[in-house]
Amino acid sequence: MAKITASVFTSHVPAIGAAMDLGKTQEDYWKPLFAGYDFSKQWMKDNKPDVIFLVYNDHATAFSLDLIPTFAIGTAAEYTPADEGFGPRPVPKVQGHPLLASHIAHSVIQQDFDLTIVNKMDVDHGLTVPLSLMCGEKDPVKDAWPCPVIPFAVNVVQYPVPSGQRCFNLGKAIRKAVESYDEDLNVHIWGTGGMSHQLQGARAGLINRAWDNAWLDQMIADPAACAATPHIDYVREAGSEGIELVMWLIARGAMSDVPYDATDLEAARAHSVRVKHRFYHVPASNTAVGHLILENN
Amino acid sequence: MALDKPYQDIPGTIIFDAEQSRKGYWLNQFCMSLMQPDNRARFKADQRAYLNEWPMTEEQRQAVIDMDLNRAMQLGGNIYFLAKIGSTHGLSFQQMAGSMTGMSEVEYRAMMMAGGRSAEGNRYLGEDGDAQAHHQPQGQAGKKD
Repeated sequence: MAKITASVFTSHVPAIGAAMDLGKTQEDYWKPLFAGYDFSKQWMKDNKPDVIFLVYNDHATAFSLDLIPTFAIGTAAEYTPADEGFGPRPVPKVQGHPLLASHIAHSVIQQDFDLTIVNKMDVDHGLTVPLSLMCGEKDPVKDAWPCPVIPFAVNVVQYPVPSGQRCFNLGKAIRKAVESYDEDLNVHIWGTGGMSHQLQGARAGLINRAWDNAWLDQMIADPAACAATPHIDYVREAGSEGIELVMWLIARGAMSDVPYDATDLEAARAHSVRVKHRFYHVPASNTAVGHLILENN
Repeated sequence: MALDKPYQDIPGTIIFDAEQSRKGYWLNQFCMSLMQPDNRARFKADQRAYLNEWPMTEEQRQAVIDMDLNRAMQLGGNIYFLAKIGSTHGLSFQQMAGSMTGMSEVEYRAMMMAGGRSAEGNRYLGEDGDAQAHHQPQGQAGKKD
């Protein structure tokens, strides 16, 4: 059967993609940030997944105000990097995994999460920057990403966005869906966005290092409690765009130490997560960058 | 019954909810059009003419021409949409965000390098942090002689 073996968490700041695309990663400003991903790039090579289930948000790219799905799963064979206003990023196209994606959509909808199914969309920096950070620079034509990717877009643009609790529960449903797929596949689930940042108004530039790290500690050690964090806490403490962190709870909820329900407590207790890597850096443009790799024990 | 909107007591922050989205529908859709190179070229060639093609309010059009992002947000703009205007003008996200604080680009960048803006005094309206209304504009622009 297919199995989720690890989760990866990272911010997805557009300027990080631009720094990579323009060859600036060794400049003084960027060097400490990219150094935080050296371990991760090696880890990706040593633990190559068969499929990445990548939770991110679209930034008014594929979804305008014409259509605002709360949760959208990509079931297409291929996704093109989007032109977000300054030309598409020079990175490879993203290959999908239509079979597993359709299977997950079917299973998760039957578990009462009403997903929007997307067969055609371009993917923006929210999806491609995490891939670049974890896989390094890739030539758009000669190279390819290491494996197929299932894009999973969450609305965090127009309020109300889904609650942390809803995201956490969705993660549980995704794990169940993956584990009911017959083919032996090693699946990674990634949660992206955050950490503290505010891109608007007189409060632009807000960073809250103490809150971010306390939140991370709790997300690792007591994710059920972390999932109960109300929206307003993210906005007040981590900035209006810090709300993106709810997406990390989808990935965390899909790890084996999280019980699906009361009947699953014993099984979940037999598991734990191992922190393989943790990194935090300020600033990348307007944002606090957080990064974490968890493996299932 | 009133909706629960606990986020209205945070200084210097407009949450893009369904009400803002309704106000800003055409403003934001105009921004979306700038994802196409031909539209960017037409907009840059004659901003006023291009904006007149969209059923936006005059105030919204003026905010775009002035690149007054705070005003555009009050009028229903969302930052991820408005960012496409900035990209069209060759501005980085940091330049756009900084422009909303009154700080110069250098001042804003220095604040970020020093660890960013503190949440202290900036969690609730009526505190005394640097994002509160009585401390605007920030940086050198706000210095009284």
